[in-house]
Amino acid sequence: MSSKHLLTRIRTLVRPGLQCPLFKNGCRNPSFLHELQTRDYSDVPQQIPAAPASNPLPVANSRSKSSLKPAEIKKFAAMAETWWDAEGPFKPLHVMNPTRLAFIRSTLCRHFGKDPLCARPFKGLKFVDVGCGGGILSEPLARMGATVTGIDAVKKNIKIAQLHADSDPVTSSIDYCCTTAEKLVEEQRKFDAVIALEVIEHVADPAEFCKSLSALTSSGGATLISTINRSMRAYATAIIMAEYVLHWLPRGTHQWSSFLTPEELVLILERASISVKEMAGFVYDPLTGQWSISDDISVNFIAYGTKNSE
Amino acid sequence: MVGMALACSLANMPLTNQLNVAIIDSNPALLSGACIKKEEPPDPRVSTVTPATIAFFKDVGAWKYVEQHRHAYFGKMQVWDYTGLGYTRYNARDVNKEVLGCVVENKVLHKSLLSCLQSAATQQKIYPFRLSSMTMQTSSSSTPHGSLARLDLSDGNSLHAKLVVGADGSKSRVKELAGISSTGWKYSQNAIICTIEHTEENQCAWQRFLPNGPIALLPIGDKFSNIVWTMNPEESSTRKSMSEVEFVKEINRALDDGYGPRPTSQQFGGKSPFSLLTTDTTISTNEGFEVPPKVTRLASERMVFPLSLNHANSYALKRDVLIGDAAHTVHPLAGQGVNMGFGDALSLAKVIAEGIAVGSEIGEVSLLRRYESERKPANLAMMAILDGFQKAYSVDFGPLNVLRAAAFQGAQYISPLKRSIISYASGEKRFPLFS
Ligand SMILES: Cc1cc2nc3c(=O)[nH]c(=O)nc-3n(C[C@H](O)[C@H](O)[C@H](O)COP(=O)(O)OP(=O)(O)OC[C@H]3O[C@@H](n4cnc5c(N)ncnc54)[C@H](O)[C@@H]3O)c2cc1C
Ligand SMILES: C[S@@+](CC[C@H](N)C(=O)[O-])C[C@H]1O[C@@H](n2cnc3c(N)ncnc32)[C@H](O)[C@@H]1O
Repeated sequence: MSSKHLLTRIRTLVRPGLQCPLFKNGCRNPSFLHELQTRDYSDVPQQIPAAPASNPLPVANSRSKSSLKPAEIKKFAAMAETWWDAEGPFKPLHVMNPTRLAFIRSTLCRHFGKDPLCARPFKGLKFVDVGCGGGILSEPLARMGATVTGIDAVKKNIKIAQLHADSDPVTSSIDYCCTTAEKLVEEQRKFDAVIALEVIEHVADPAEFCKSLSALTSSGGATLISTINRSMRAYATAIIMAEYVLHWLPRGTHQWSSFLTPEELVLILERASISVKEMAGFVYDPLTGQWSISDDISVNFIAYGTKNSE
Repeated sequence: MVGMALACSLANMPLTNQLNVAIIDSNPALLSGACIKKEEPPDPRVSTVTPATIAFFKDVGAWKYVEQHRHAYFGKMQVWDYTGLGYTRYNARDVNKEVLGCVVENKVLHKSLLSCLQSAATQQKIYPFRLSSMTMQTSSSSTPHGSLARLDLSDGNSLHAKLVVGADGSKSRVKELAGISSTGWKYSQNAIICTIEHTEENQCAWQRFLPNGPIALLPIGDKFSNIVWTMNPEESSTRKSMSEVEFVKEINRALDDGYGPRPTSQQFGGKSPFSLLTTDTTISTNEGFEVPPKVTRLASERMVFPLSLNHANSYALKRDVLIGDAAHTVHPLAGQGVNMGFGDALSLAKVIAEGIAVGSEIGEVSLLRRYESERKPANLAMMAILDGFQKAYSVDFGPLNVLRAAAFQGAQYISPLKRSIISYASGEKRFPLFS
């Protein structure tokens, strides 16, 4: 099965050091291409009626360029007030923050050739945080020296983010804006790093969304995306645990069918001219209440890629 | 002292050396930087620093200043009691170490940290004032200082900070202003501390348990030693006021020729009661009991301190964290107080550096709790040991003496156990090195 190749590749991605040579040839592999064509993420979005429950792939529902999913936007608008409540619905993001930032720091320091021991390694670099919510990620990035633009489709989120960032001169320089990635593309904005964490599972068409992210990334820049895997374990962990057992998240926050697997994410990024260089998983230890970086990408994972020069 | 250690540690790491640090201390000695004269006899306030603390000082670049002043390494320690039933000798070689510790005057430690800080090209400023009040501003307030902590000083000025570190000792004002409660109790015991002189140099740390508490004799360099002698309050007031000659006689009685016979190595018929458990009987087993050097003269005033134990119920709130004696006060029995504090300083500096690495806000309680969860168990364990120690040795129960002696003998014979006792007491455990 061709998916085997993909899996091999994914595995090499999560083990830095092994990734490079395999990677370059991997995407020219004929069976790999074949696999690509048979997936739903072809250039022409297919009109598929309501996806049967067994269909493992999320489906783009229209040709529309907007990434907005009205139901998702409504959900986040209703939760806006709770962004900075460390014990509130966004607790998982707060707890996971240092871990994912450690990954971002290490990959981007390497990518941009910055000193990882420096307090503000991203000084002089322009980052965009797509789907920034209340700014949980934007603020640390600004403290690490980046010139940050935070965008979110929900106006309330932007207001909360702005208010919170204003209390500290370092973060008050963040440029928050209620807009979407595709609108920034129209404005021809470019960034050294484009970061969209835990957003892609909420957008209308992940493939189109990735194309927008790619268009925002300047040549030689980096793109980082994190999301939840569409695996049984992810289903159990992310949805059952977070929404039903621990009551971290309001029920219905996640729609399983809109999750991507790491293979799919690599594919659609590839087709948007972004080569994924590294992947890592985040695993939660319920005993310590801590997250850590791991090569287990079966639940939460993050991908770092570079923009292929055009 | 512990606060200065934190400042040095922060100044020494690339991730934290750009932080704007204000040191607030009303103690005039902090600014004067008075030079320490080697000819003067040592100050009675000394600390027994452990190898872990020495490593920490070397790391931040402060140990070279300590070495310019009087200090005394010791590689041997003898603990025994007045009943003559048992004794233990610890040797640095048992744990493959050069030294068990080093005795240094507090003012030398302090001055060394200050020199270290002054030589670092970082942004710290010393404010020689008292902290009079502290308020946490809420994030909704529209002041230019947002949600920072505001500190009012005794000179009428105020400062704003993302993080306030309470390193202000056992009567911590920061702890009080932050509303952090603590648990503690007083022992009805006092410690007399003083400097004494011998005819020759002392190179071993000695501790003898007496009916009312232990007496410790620590080398402090040249022919001087430091005495920490625990006793009940009545005895302490008599001994503080008696003539110097009388007092020196009392010390010699307490260290050797009073209260009971010297122990012999063969007390249990040459066999330890633990010998059945012993698989490898090694090293200092063969070392015989030694008699501590005679004290010839009192070389300082006699200072009396009540013994108490106190532990803050929380070390970390938003924008507020406690280290050193502000978080935990122990009695000076095992000379662990300041070492626990230096452990806190190292841990907090490391946690702050890790926070900065991932762009965290340094006043964030979730970050500060990582320091708390690292240090609290270590400090509580040490406090429990010291409290148990104190309880076991402060009263004179006949049968207990035999047990105590057996424990000494056991410690003498079972060397893996002994090794771990030494490594705990020398601060090796729970001292994760900054990676
Ligand atoms: C008799 C005795 C013997 C000891 N022997 C040993 C030993 O052998 N080994 C050992 O490790 N430990 C020993 N200790 C314990 C050791 O001295 C303490 O653990 C150590 O001093 C604690 O350091 P610290 O920095 O936390 O507090 P401190 O050294 O007490 O420093 C607190 C500082 O805060 C300042 N301050 C307080 N309030 C304010 C305010 N409102 N505004 C501004 N500044 C303020 C003070 O001026 C002071 O400089 C002994 C203690 C005693 C009492
Ligand atoms: C789970 S939150 C993640 C927040 C933030 N990125 C983080 O990881 O901390 C998802 C955010 O994406 C926003 N969002 C959803 N769809 C979006 C879209 N199409 N364009 C921009 N933002 C969107 C939501 O409003 C919400 O704030």
